Amino acid sequence: MTEKNFKPKIVVFACNWCSYAGADTAGVGRLQYPPNVRLIRVMCSGRIRPGFVLKAFELGADGVMWSGCHFGDCHYVFGNYRAVEQFEITKNLVKMLGIEKERLRLEWVSAAEGGRWAELIKEFVEDVKKVGPSPLRKVQGFKSSKVQGKKEM
Amino acid sequence: MKEEIIRKTKAYYCLDCGKCTAVCPISNVRNGYSPRKLVTLTVNRSDDYVLQEAGLWFCLTCRMCQDICPSDVDYVELTKLLRGEAKKAGEEGRCSHGGALQSIMKIMTAPDLKQDRMGWISSDLKTSNDSEYLYFVGCLPYFDTFFSDIKANSLDIARSTLKILNLSGVEPQVIANERCCGHDLLWTGDFENFKRLAQHNVNEIKKTGAKKIITSCPECLMTLKVDYPDLLGKVDYEVMHISEFLSDKLSQIKIKGLEKKVTFQDPCRLGRFMNIYEAPRKVMKSIKGVEFREMKRSGAKAICCGTAGWINCDAFSKKIQDERLKEAKSTGAEILVTACPKCQIHFKCAQSEYGKEKSKDELKIDIIDLTTLLALAIGGE
Ligand code: SF4
Ligand code: SF4
Ligand code: FES
Repeated sequence: MTEKNFKPKIVVFACNWCSYAGADTAGVGRLQYPPNVRLIRVMCSGRIRPGFVLKAFELGADGVMWSGCHFGDCHYVFGNYRAVEQFEITKNLVKMLGIEKERLRLEWVSAAEGGRWAELIKEFVEDVKKVGPSPLRKVQGFKSSKVQGKKEM
Repeated sequence: MKEEIIRKTKAYYCLDCGKCTAVCPISNVRNGYSPRKLVTLTVNRSDDYVLQEAGLWFCLTCRMCQDICPSDVDYVELTKLLRGEAKKAGEEGRCSHGGALQSIMKIMTAPDLKQDRMGWISSDLKTSNDSEYLYFVGCLPYFDTFFSDIKANSLDIARSTLKILNLSGVEPQVIANERCCGHDLLWTGDFENFKRLAQHNVNEIKKTGAKKIITSCPECLMTLKVDYPDLLGKVDYEVMHISEFLSDKLSQIKIKGLEKKVTFQDPCRLGRFMNIYEAPRKVMKSIKGVEFREMKRSGAKAICCGTAGWINCDAFSKKIQDERLKEAKSTGAEILVTACPKCQIHFKCAQSEYGKEKSKDELKIDIIDLTTLLALAIGGE
């Protein structure tokens, strides 16, 4: 895969109450941002576990974003503090596995920040493009029992 | 296929006696789980119904049942092979921790991964590039990070092992491109990915030229020593657990001593599978000041630590762990020594978060690895 036509696959985990709504705001405002992201809604950033991120990488994601409400705004009060702890563990595991640090990112986005959302995604996609395709894309076993046979998008 | 599995594991000879169910630690706490039932289901039903049985994934593959079976049915092999078939049909055990550890193992099958896993080797520890010894570290760096919230400190085991090896005059090779041994993938039926890891590790080991592999994990020991040759043919290295290595080295090492009462958890892979019971005990007994106390169920009758292969960890596992911790405490020991990094993680987990609702004192006992115990005693702490 040449650098030029490399279209990164990005998985974004977004909490229901802020960042997912922020993406909606971006949509309602008709703000353009790269279509490389697959958004996965979770109830709270504190629900995201290392396993989610690692699974995304295992299945060939080139980048993963972990997002939630700003501190103090979490719908469940302390969910995003929990997220920070879990993110630290995930970050260290990802580093140990030799996956570049540019591929994983933690961001807080509120429901009103549609513009910022679009900017962040743009920036992230650019960053991931710079590091290139994930080293795991070449894993022969790069398919779990459930998604086996799905066409490359 | 099923016919072949039945023949291979001698399931035909099952007498339906139920001895296996009587000794099984899972059956003991979980109503309805019965190895006997699974054997008879496999043999008596003409269809593949058994592959959908949830019970197929409950087994710890601890081998307790097998040792008592009058017909010598190879129950753990049966479980392993049936899981392989079930996996092909899309079934899976309930992965603990959201499948994080399974993902780590599968990610490690990527051919050009550049892991960053050597950070734990501090400057006082010596390794070399041409020793005939190789220390196979296994997943300890990953466990240390992943289980940092329960303070598993799995890398203490690696550091202690290396320190002990150095003191015995060995500066082993440690390889940066080592992968997970694949034990858990194998035992949960993912043979395809297991093969990739096995192939990779055997090649890496070959490249180093090392002839003697030391492991601090009984699962790595068994996988490298038994399962790799089974799959890939004869290998030209020898594998031993650190306790075996120490057998004739203990007199060389200066050990200050440790005033502690200790007891020992025999890991399934080290004990029932590899038949190593004496070596770890010899290490503990060689330490001046250590008073060794045996648990009631020890050696070949030792109870498994309650979870295996990172699947199906649940309230029943915790029950097994609680009971075992109480048993360890009842010996009057201050330290529960284990020789498997996973036993340690499982018991520490039972003590920590989950333990908040329980009376803590009941389960409170220090848990450390055999290597860490020896390293402490050498320092005289
Ligand atoms: S102990 Fe052996 S013979 Fe008896 S029921 Fe179990 S598998 Fe069958
Ligand atoms: S191997 Fe252990 S857990 Fe599995 S059925 Fe036998 S005794 Fe029970
Ligand atoms: S609800 Fe958004 S971070 Fe908790």
